[in-house]
Amino acid sequence: MSYAAVHEDDHHDHDHKPTGIGRWLFSTNHKDIGTMYLVFSLIMFFIGGAMAMVIRAELFQPGLQFVDPQFFNSMTTVHALVMIFGAVMPAGVGLANWMIPMMIGAPDMAMPRMNNMSFWILPFAFTLLLATFFMQGGAPAGGWTMYPPLVLQLGDGFPFLIFAVHFLGISSIMGAINIIATVFNMRAPGMTFMRLPLFVWTWIITAFLLIAAMPVLAGAVTMLLTDKFFGTAFFDAAGGGDPVLFQHVFWFFGHPEVYILVLPSFGIISQIIPTFARKPLFGYASMVYATASIAFLSFFVWAHHMFTVGMPLAGELFFMYATMAIAVPTGVKVFNWTATMWKGSMTFETPMLFAIGVLFMFTLGGFSGLMMGITPVDFQYHDTYFIVAHFHYVLVPGIVFGIISGVYYWMPKWTGHMYDEKLGKLHFWTSTISVNVLFFPMHFIGLAGMPRRIPDYSTQFTDWNMIISIGGFAFGLSQLILVWVVIKCIRGGEKATDQVWEGAHGLEFTLSSPPPFHSFTTPPEVTDATAHS
Amino acid sequence: MSNSQDAYFIPEPSRWPIVGTLALFTTFIGGGMMLNGSGFGTFILGIGIAAVVYMFSGWFSDVIGESLAGSYNKQVDISFRWGMSWFIFSEVMFFAAFFGALFYIRVLSVPWLGGEGAGFATNMFLWPDFQAVWPLLTTPDMSLAAADSKYLAIKEVIPAFDVPLVNTILLLSSGVTITLAHHALKKEHRAPLCWWLAATVILGFVFVFFQMEEYAHAYHELDLTMKSGVYGSTFFMLTGFHGFHVTMGATMILVILVRSMKGHFSSKDHFAFEGVAWYWHFVDVVWLGLYVFVYWI
Ligand code: HEM
Ligand SMILES: [Cu+2]
Repeated sequence: MSYAAVHEDDHHDHDHKPTGIGRWLFSTNHKDIGTMYLVFSLIMFFIGGAMAMVIRAELFQPGLQFVDPQFFNSMTTVHALVMIFGAVMPAGVGLANWMIPMMIGAPDMAMPRMNNMSFWILPFAFTLLLATFFMQGGAPAGGWTMYPPLVLQLGDGFPFLIFAVHFLGISSIMGAINIIATVFNMRAPGMTFMRLPLFVWTWIITAFLLIAAMPVLAGAVTMLLTDKFFGTAFFDAAGGGDPVLFQHVFWFFGHPEVYILVLPSFGIISQIIPTFARKPLFGYASMVYATASIAFLSFFVWAHHMFTVGMPLAGELFFMYATMAIAVPTGVKVFNWTATMWKGSMTFETPMLFAIGVLFMFTLGGFSGLMMGITPVDFQYHDTYFIVAHFHYVLVPGIVFGIISGVYYWMPKWTGHMYDEKLGKLHFWTSTISVNVLFFPMHFIGLAGMPRRIPDYSTQFTDWNMIISIGGFAFGLSQLILVWVVIKCIRGGEKATDQVWEGAHGLEFTLSSPPPFHSFTTPPEVTDATAHS
Repeated sequence: MSNSQDAYFIPEPSRWPIVGTLALFTTFIGGGMMLNGSGFGTFILGIGIAAVVYMFSGWFSDVIGESLAGSYNKQVDISFRWGMSWFIFSEVMFFAAFFGALFYIRVLSVPWLGGEGAGFATNMFLWPDFQAVWPLLTTPDMSLAAADSKYLAIKEVIPAFDVPLVNTILLLSSGVTITLAHHALKKEHRAPLCWWLAATVILGFVFVFFQMEEYAHAYHELDLTMKSGVYGSTFFMLTGFHGFHVTMGATMILVILVRSMKGHFSSKDHFAFEGVAWYWHFVDVVWLGLYVFVYWI
């Protein structure tokens, strides 16, 4: 089957698209499932965002204003769980669902039914989690990290927290298995591994991380469950266990998890920067190896989250050096993206703006990470707003911006219409300014000693907190622009071409915009000329 | 979608995934309510589990039907293989969490509680009389006042060269019988295939039976329970999840046996058989780890 032939026979005309609610409930279509993931993620983004607004309203001034401390703690805890498991991870899987089959020349995911279940678990798992707000004892309030013994004090919500985590784990593992099977087995002829677009590469590696890390989280929370209800003593020193054990098991999952969150974003900007620099990605192979090294190393740095917990000196040193080591492959990636832009014919459409935002602001978050990775220094930073600044820099302008850039980049492909470029640029600038007003001052108050996860603070932190809250509200409002852009783009707009962007390469840009219901019904032939890179 | 070999296979929309999601959702709600002390929760949990079983049988009979109808090509077969391998890997990591906990407790935290290394202060101020030994028969808090402990002192632990050794032999033999069944299948020898499979199922269930006997013995005579401090915790967590996996595996082999008796599978085309066999070997290997680190050393 030749490459061009795919276009000649317009198969999708007799694609029978299922109709009504059944189309979504019973779907076996990667695009519909991808759309559901993305819509779900957007909704969770606003639910988690509303919680962040409560936090920032409470912290606008010292003293207790709006909510009682217990509820404040629930807000920080559930905000994190919703954002990580409900907004960022589903967005990544949604983009993977939409794009991977098209990028590798496949008709769909390898296991379409399982794909459906991976998605549909999410709304039900979050129903379990959010229902805890209405239970005796309220929602989880001991932090998203669920450290015992504190988390064991939760009321009736406790088993539902644990089961929600189990449920989400099942979803992620099925999703990851599906992605691996798809990439390993559904690539079009000629689509060799070293011709895969980087987004696909970062996703395979993410999928491996998911399969290795999520079961460990499941094991950790299972031990919490039995400690609470069945009298086991894993985390109780009086019974011979150790509460610190939980932290080890949790962070063995937790640090790879941060790369689960960020690698897809790296993949996205590795697609976008070459397109708008009109140059192939600099150092493709080194990008692949760097990503794999980051993923591998991420299993050996977990205790940098536990420097102050009282580990033996050898442990403190090992985890410090291992943490520093991750900066090397991360640096390779940053330099490669920069080199890709060097002497490129650059234009700055919205996806490119967001991608450059990722490049700069993720790097900033990486630097504060390095600072905290130095054990003796972390003794001061730990559990202050400095760490809040760090992970929000990597998570928001590092990951959420990456996801948003991907949405702008591929939205014309999905809908068949160009989005409103003016509004997109407005969205970028309002987001970028507000995100820095929001998170940059957190470095200062953190260094000055303001603790995280506390609803009140000492008066000398007031000025910066007010500025931070204003930045927070502005950032929240700016995201409404995104919703408006998406709705507008779905409803109409200038017709998008197949290639969408002048500099775009890759199989997904050989399909029509919007693409047929089943992407490639017969395998296209991939050669060096048609492969991305 | 056509079924020819060179075209792709894409299943039609299916209701099983959403049924499965709702079934698990019901199970979790029921389980949560039950743990919170509501009797009604147990009832919902029962419905949930029944629905999960219903989902599995419905989903798998669809898949078996498609397979028998010849809808699957080589590519689908390979997808299933990747899927099963990585599923098993995720299970390995699940057990790794508990093995990791066991090693941490044995190698680091119990010695620290006994006053070694950085733990000397904990030992001195909280439980100065606590001795770090393994198996840990008495917990640190018992060293102060045994009667006030919320844990139960263990009289004796299960010796390795007793029923556990028998169980090891049973599981290892079942690994052999399933391989013999596989060889029989590759030669299309139906009768030995079924007999070897039946032997595997029986060995599996006898293992589970012995394990249950051992639990009863531990609870009633040895005071070795989940409430016996960290030794009981790790013992029951590891052996319990393993026993559950043996039960699942043996049930899956039973299904394969019934299918073999109905004449399913051919010498070339029998992924379901192989997937289940891989799973069985995995359960086997986990047991070896258990036998060595939980029972023996
Ligand atoms: C250059 C790479 C990075 C380094 C060296 C690094 C280092 C660290 C260190 C040492 C901490 C612990 C601080 C403390 O508790 O005192 C930390 C916390 C954290 N990091 Fe990073 N990090 C890096 C990248 C990332 C990335 C890519 C993400 C997410 C995508 C991330 C997310 C987080 C989160 C969420 C926490 C806080 C967890 C919590 O306690 O709730 N980090 N990081
Ligand atoms: Cu980390």
